[in-house]
Amino acid sequence: MKDLSLHILDIMQNSIEAEASLIKLVIEENISDNYLIIKIDDNGQGINKEDLQKVVDPFVTSRKTREVGLGLALLKRTASLCDGTLKLDSKKGKGTELKAEFKYDHIDRPPLGKIPETLTTIISTNPELDIIYRHIFEEQEFIFDTKEVRKELEAVKINHPQVLEWIERYLKENLENLAGGEINK
Amino acid sequence: MKSLADLRKLRDELQKDINMRGEKDQPKIIVGMGTCGIAAGARKILKTVMEEINKRDLEVTVTQTGCIGMCEKEPLLDVKLPGKDRITYGNLTPENVKKIIVEHVINGNIVEDFVIARLDE
Repeated sequence: MKDLSLHILDIMQNSIEAEASLIKLVIEENISDNYLIIKIDDNGQGINKEDLQKVVDPFVTSRKTREVGLGLALLKRTASLCDGTLKLDSKKGKGTELKAEFKYDHIDRPPLGKIPETLTTIISTNPELDIIYRHIFEEQEFIFDTKEVRKELEAVKINHPQVLEWIERYLKENLENLAGGEINK
Repeated sequence: MKSLADLRKLRDELQKDINMRGEKDQPKIIVGMGTCGIAAGARKILKTVMEEINKRDLEVTVTQTGCIGMCEKEPLLDVKLPGKDRITYGNLTPENVKKIIVEHVINGNIVEDFVIARLDE
């Protein structure tokens, strides 16, 4: 994966596969304390205890088309390459929580990439899914909630191409504002 | 800077447009969104699809699928016109996608150069 936004897209696809109706994404950039945290929590079907130990193993997957699952293994490798960690917690029937931590200024840390594009990609084919996205940059915070967007839209669909274009620009502007132009530099 | 309230203006415009259109059997585009697809550029492919639909004002249903076992041919995209076979295209670039939308989705001609599989209706 070229950047972290693609990892995020990939992990959120796991949540969708697990039939989640809500995904919470938190990105925290703390430059003063030198860390970057990505949290992805969902209310999908969850993973049982035995499997939880195994899912980061590339040769374990719930998929049936072939017997390897690379997504989590790739993210774990990226995290450990930059002195970080990947933690997974899950309860069968309740959902899954993922937390990836990276050393912010590590030379091997991939850039964050295009988070707005990752989110509009998910929304375009999953219009019913609730996404709550919180981005923290130092002391500042931005929150995006698809429920609120849908409320404004009334009968218009959230995955209408023009609405998606609007959302992408809205997210871009707000993220740029949040970090004073630091994000996506 | 944009605020959510600005969205209402766009909503009102789109509302009129939607009222004029009825739900009918639409062409379908399906994009592969497994790990393999994403690593190979599926996000850009889906974005290009949405941009073309927007630009050409098309009525198309866009959905996603996971890994279908042809990882080496990702990014993949399927086109299914009403009553026709489902065609799978592979090794795509945004330029290929634009061509497929014009020639296949709009004009109904399969772009043989990029076809990697077909499923009977």
